[in-house]
Amino acid sequence: MSSDVSQAEAGMPDGPAEESGAPRGRTPGENTERATRLAKAGDWSRRAPLLPALIFVIVLTQLPFVATLVVSFMNWNAYYPDERGFAGFDNFARVFTDSNTRSAVFVTILLTVLVVGISLVLGMAIALLLDRKFMGRGIVRTLMITPFLVVPVAAALLWKHALYNPEYGLLNGTLKAVFGDDAPQPDWISNNPLISIVAALVWQWTPFMMLILLAGLQSRPLDVVEAARIDGASSWQIFRSMTLPHMRQYIELSGLLGAIYVVQNFDHVFTITSGGLGTANLPYFIYQTFYTAQDYGRASAAGVVVVIGTILIATAALRTAFSLFKDEGGAK
Amino acid sequence: MSATTDRTFEDGAEVADPNREPQAINHHKSPKSHILLTLAAWLCGLLFALPVAWMILTSFHKEEDAATNPPSLFAPLSLDGYRSFFDAGPWPPLANSLTASVVSTILVLLLAFPAAYALSIRPVKKWTDVLFFFLSTKMLPIVAGILPIYLFAQKVNLLDNIWLLIILYTSMNLPIAVWMLRSFLAEVPVEMLEAAQVDGASLMTTLRKVIAPVVMPGIAAAALICFIFSWNELLLARVLTGTVAGTAPVFLTGFVTSQGLFLAKVCAASFVVSLPVLAAGFAAQDKLVQGLSMGAVK
Repeated sequence: MSSDVSQAEAGMPDGPAEESGAPRGRTPGENTERATRLAKAGDWSRRAPLLPALIFVIVLTQLPFVATLVVSFMNWNAYYPDERGFAGFDNFARVFTDSNTRSAVFVTILLTVLVVGISLVLGMAIALLLDRKFMGRGIVRTLMITPFLVVPVAAALLWKHALYNPEYGLLNGTLKAVFGDDAPQPDWISNNPLISIVAALVWQWTPFMMLILLAGLQSRPLDVVEAARIDGASSWQIFRSMTLPHMRQYIELSGLLGAIYVVQNFDHVFTITSGGLGTANLPYFIYQTFYTAQDYGRASAAGVVVVIGTILIATAALRTAFSLFKDEGGAK
Repeated sequence: MSATTDRTFEDGAEVADPNREPQAINHHKSPKSHILLTLAAWLCGLLFALPVAWMILTSFHKEEDAATNPPSLFAPLSLDGYRSFFDAGPWPPLANSLTASVVSTILVLLLAFPAAYALSIRPVKKWTDVLFFFLSTKMLPIVAGILPIYLFAQKVNLLDNIWLLIILYTSMNLPIAVWMLRSFLAEVPVEMLEAAQVDGASLMTTLRKVIAPVVMPGIAAAALICFIFSWNELLLARVLTGTVAGTAPVFLTGFVTSQGLFLAKVCAASFVVSLPVLAAGFAAQDKLVQGLSMGAVK
């Protein structure tokens, strides 16, 4: 691979000569400029460095999905190996009529929307608080990052046993310490299973949103803001008509990235409720159908449904990402 | 995200610097509201760090002091939690996690660097399509492909083999690394590359002298993120490994089945397993932002 590249490099005409003769001249997009200036090399020597990564990703992410698609049309349960065969749309019919699957779809959407939404709002508020000069700002920023750096399984264990436990968890312990022996001692997870998972996830994802949003706030052109302030604009006016539009791309970026990870969440559901109490999301549901029930056909059908759903959402998300990418020039 | 965006963010060196110059915005604010906002910021920071502080404190308590209500803040410290964690045999899983994370991170960088080069310095046709293809693979849930991977691994005897995880973690993190490295490589000045070619510099020299200085921060950020995501991964490790190649997160999930009091032990275990990520993340806070935003924020 590297020998291809070096050959192409050696075969390159002198840069300056080509530059003057570049057909389209200088364009604002830097990459277009690069493309025209370095255009002479053969297509394949250009593609060669890309191929290992591309092939690797295709083999390991696309092929399994094709296989999943095939299995989804099969009647295949590892506990009944003799009954393996073609099943047509049976698995899909079962997936769509099964109330567990519908609940898993609903839980997945609810979990993602709640976690990403709450984390974004909290992350934005805290980023605004940290976008000021004050004593110990570096320390507060470090404290804020801490939750994101706890391994997710460890975080879920921590919330389940050290915080939520009705007998000796920190939440009920604090209630008792503050309000005395008559304090209410709720069973947090049993009473609000989904909210318990959401809270633990928000705790981990707020720092993520905060970090990206804070970086966005700090890239604001401050002189313009100051000029608006001198002209008598209120803080709220500045936030709404100057800060928010500037922050749009950062909000979309952090929301998109957060959603990619939260949709796939398995660790928290697995650890905190083991998918019980109506909290099984699609990743957990598929894990259970395939790993515990060994119903390969049905798990694959559910997997295909997830992929189709994700493609629908991801197309919208990718379009957003792409428009962000284009808005900023560069992309051609 | 793109060359022009990158330029807009060029003063992003400050982004990571908590001690940035005082902002003009604060001037008109009364001292009172300044103090209130400062207090609010500190309160948020402390609240978010509190569960971790509680985890660390509990890990140093004896089991009977860890599980009291109201909580015993000032109970005598003890290393019992750590003792029972290390007695449970955590070294093989920790070593597996380290192997999987480090080797897959190296593989990711080796594959991502040439790809990022082909998407920025000497871009292939339709390079944006390729870039977005990489991103789209991140959106397909791992769980939807896990069954064929499992069946394949079973057939070729790769179940419970650390190399299976290494390969899968590499494919999981490769798209992120390609995006990040591309956004850094897009900043390499073409003029310098051309000058190097005119001077007859070899590819290796060009890589070392012209490209590496601009891209090293990107490589560091990509490595940090790939390491963290591999170290944290649970679903694949749980399904595809067993007693031999099990990683630290899998070990953690099997830790609570015991009867009796286990809170101090669990907190000690959670802290030890999180320690590498905490250390790496604190040491490289600015790289963390770059990595999490896939290079869009510098």
